[in-house]
Amino acid sequence: MTPLLEAEGLARVYASRRGVFGRPVAVRAVDHVSLRLGRGETLGVVGESGSGKSTAGRLLLGFEAPDEGEARFDGAAMPPPGSPEWRRLRARMQMIYQDPLGALDRRLTVAAQVKEPLDIHGIGAPEDRAARAAELLAATGLSARIGARRPHELSGGQRQRAVIARALATRPDLLVCDEPVSALDVSIQAQVVNLLSDLQAELGLAMIFISHDLRVVRQISARVAVMYLGRIVEEGAADDIFARPVHPYTKALVSAAPAPGKTGKRILLEGEPPNPAARPSGCAFHPRCAVAVPRCRAEVPSLADLGAGRRAACHLVAPLSGQEAA
Amino acid sequence: MALAEASAPRPGLARPPLGILLALLWIALMLFLAVFGDFVAPQEFTAMDLMARLSPPFTEGHWLGTDELGRDVLSRLIASIRVSLIIAFGATLISAALGTTLGFLAAHFRGWVEQAVLMLADFQAAMPFLILALAVLAFFGNDLTLLVLLMGLYGWERYARIARGLAISAGAQGYASAVRQLGGTPRRVYLRHILPNIASTLIVSMTLVFPEVILLESGLSFLGLGVQPPMTSLGNMVGYGREYITRAPWILLSPAVVIVLTTLAVSSLGDWLRDRLDPTTR
Repeated sequence: MTPLLEAEGLARVYASRRGVFGRPVAVRAVDHVSLRLGRGETLGVVGESGSGKSTAGRLLLGFEAPDEGEARFDGAAMPPPGSPEWRRLRARMQMIYQDPLGALDRRLTVAAQVKEPLDIHGIGAPEDRAARAAELLAATGLSARIGARRPHELSGGQRQRAVIARALATRPDLLVCDEPVSALDVSIQAQVVNLLSDLQAELGLAMIFISHDLRVVRQISARVAVMYLGRIVEEGAADDIFARPVHPYTKALVSAAPAPGKTGKRILLEGEPPNPAARPSGCAFHPRCAVAVPRCRAEVPSLADLGAGRRAACHLVAPLSGQEAA
Repeated sequence: MALAEASAPRPGLARPPLGILLALLWIALMLFLAVFGDFVAPQEFTAMDLMARLSPPFTEGHWLGTDELGRDVLSRLIASIRVSLIIAFGATLISAALGTTLGFLAAHFRGWVEQAVLMLADFQAAMPFLILALAVLAFFGNDLTLLVLLMGLYGWERYARIARGLAISAGAQGYASAVRQLGGTPRRVYLRHILPNIASTLIVSMTLVFPEVILLESGLSFLGLGVQPPMTSLGNMVGYGREYITRAPWILLSPAVVIVLTTLAVSSLGDWLRDRLDPTTR
């Protein structure tokens, strides 16, 4: 069976100019990202800011064309952005944004905006669409009264629920959530994550959940990919990765995440945060890596299969006995 | 609308301040005169009464006096208001439509389309429009339609810049890109989402361009290149009244007062509308 979403060597290069007369520098925001996502699966993507996780999400949805590589949805190559086929495909893949207020039109009521995808894709009879919109709002916990309001009259959590209701209107197969809860209060975060998790199970959605918050990703994802400077450095089952990280960067990330009753010391990363424009040679992580060896400076590690669904890109990680190697 | 009942009461229907009420009244009066002027005017605006030349205001039968040919100033004023308003409204609407369309095209296609539109806008902004208008009118003669179309080229670059800038910022991230990512066609994105959201800004710039068009038309008519006699306009009246400014200042003063009051009323109305049209500040 073909996976729902398949990416092969995706890369996106931006030209960035430094200073007024500076020469443009090619920045590889996303580099050689390959992944597969089956129907109904959830993949969490974690990484610090600038690691290319949002760009990867946009490439996977086909919002921009990759400079290298290819994304395939349901076995077919992604049509060019803006083309009629691309627009039609939007009914099957949707996005949840970090800033729900920005993603909503402030002049239209929430209910009208939840109805809009139905109008765009001509789903259902025109007179039934308002009822379907109300149903969607109810499914995300919003009353008809709230549906009659405009976005700026809603709270942050309600706005994000409205965005979720709109994204689900066309019954998509794939949902990409780009930091969907990082703009919300912690108490609301849990509600929205639970809502996404429930809807995902109920509707059999495939979901890519992009976040820098490890706790949230762990709660919702079955598999996790860790990104560093545009590359996936480690991938595997969520529980497995958080319990036994093998890549030194993942180890530092996991050790830094607070957890109740957690003991053991944190690994503090040294050196500067990564700058995608001045990518270190070899393994991009080597300047901050505690266990780097000379080979790390010279050679880019490839994402090697460790068995048991684990992949990691590190010279010091050996297949199968991965946990002890580094 | 149902939504107005469902949400909290808005103070949106509060009475506007007195100044705005006066401005509205004045604009309403001007529109009324423009539409029903023929029924209100005491005389035909070309009718001459040579026995009563240059009569001062408040003369029996000529409440605003007469001009050098004994034509009733009040009747001529009403006819002028009609012509000037047709030109100003027509030109403002044409330039708003033209500018917004070009701005959206620039924002949508980017690349060379955007460069071309911006270059045209810079050209338009750099060239004194009066000179351009003089050249066109000198070559093609002047007819009211041509004058409206020509004035319609005035000020479009402002709408184009505003529309382009706002459309790009809405498309870069936010509601417009969200609709695009829902699968909406560019037509839906621009007409149903971006246009209503930037309409308040565009309307305010229309109220800024409107007085300028009246003044420009007055200037051209004053120079003798605008509306031609026997047809009359506000600027035309000021231009011909200039020769009698010492002996019969009322010929020039009454249209001048109308120009000042109308432009003032439209721009203060625009200022007030800007605040009212924004749903988040209501």
